[in-house]
Amino acid sequence: MSTPTLDKHSAALDAAESGAFEQITITLRVRRFNPEVSDEVTWVDYQLEMDPKERVLDALHKVKWEIDGSLTFRRSCAHGICGSDAMRINGRNRLACKTLLKDINPEKPITVEPIKGMAVLKDLVVDMDPFFQAYRDVMPFLITKGNEPTRERLQSAEDRARFDDTTKCILCAACTSSCPVFWNDGQYFGPAAIVNAHRFIFDSRDEGGEQRLEILNDKEGVWRCRTTFNCTDACPRGIEVTKAIQEVKRALITRRF
Amino acid sequence: MPAGTLYRGREGMWSWVAHRVTGVLIFFFLFVHVLDTSLVRVSPQAYDNVVATYKNPIVNLMEYGLVAAILFHALNGLRVIAVDFWAKGPKYQRQMLWSVVGIWIVLMAGAFYPVLEHTLRTLFGS
Repeated sequence: MSTPTLDKHSAALDAAESGAFEQITITLRVRRFNPEVSDEVTWVDYQLEMDPKERVLDALHKVKWEIDGSLTFRRSCAHGICGSDAMRINGRNRLACKTLLKDINPEKPITVEPIKGMAVLKDLVVDMDPFFQAYRDVMPFLITKGNEPTRERLQSAEDRARFDDTTKCILCAACTSSCPVFWNDGQYFGPAAIVNAHRFIFDSRDEGGEQRLEILNDKEGVWRCRTTFNCTDACPRGIEVTKAIQEVKRALITRRF
Repeated sequence: MPAGTLYRGREGMWSWVAHRVTGVLIFFFLFVHVLDTSLVRVSPQAYDNVVATYKNPIVNLMEYGLVAAILFHALNGLRVIAVDFWAKGPKYQRQMLWSVVGIWIVLMAGAFYPVLEHTLRTLFGS
């Protein structure tokens, strides 16, 4: 018997192996704002020759490196882990580094805007201070009582799985800035802070659950959630954000967590 | 070009918008309804005069709109309760929304003749 091999080459595989680049012309429509020059917001179109398999971040790089060096945006790792480049692409919150051009219809102009609900500082950069303040307010660290054990704090696989989903957060703010409640009320803790509270509230090793629940019992806490599911749809890590918020709500009612 | 574009939310966001809009409409109806009903305490004659102005096809059509708003608000309200209290609610919110819309369409079709019967008879003969 022969080993299983791919006997038919797909067109995409042929193209990849030949090293040929597929080039298409895309229009990148960026919302520009520079308070040092003007208080007016302008939309600027950039025509770019790109491979559809490239990402929106590559298109932004091309503009910044080859056309207009003043274009300002945040990015660090460029691989979907650091959470720096959340922005509104074609009207939805996404990470520019995880969005392929071919997946968002490159035939039409691709609109790129800063995330909503926080003050825009320049171009695609917003003031993230309120976001991180809400994160700090839920005390996202292990709280325990008594003496420190001399070895690791053990936990069963089931106990670990209880909060596995909410450990995936990269604090990109895609969820919080997709929330209609947060747009209208910046005091709301927002989905990201609640997700990170959830991560500790449902951790069997943590003993600060009551405190965190009290913080989120505030009128600007979990009860502001209107279950629009924008956060769940926006999360680039696929966290079921609304579900986590509902679990915190139910924990507040039943005091079981 | 506007300062920003509309956020392209999905079913969850638009069901929330529809829930708000129908809620506000129902509030305005209740507001007017309490006012005109309380007129009977002022004088039955005044009440009759006001209610007489309601007897036309446009108000009848608005009644059908009221049925539409209340049915959606009630059915989607049940969905929101399920999202809040049923552990699998968030997972099935989309299916639940389309069920709400389906039941809403059936009930709206069923309410069409009973609510609009009088207008249909006066406009299109007995």
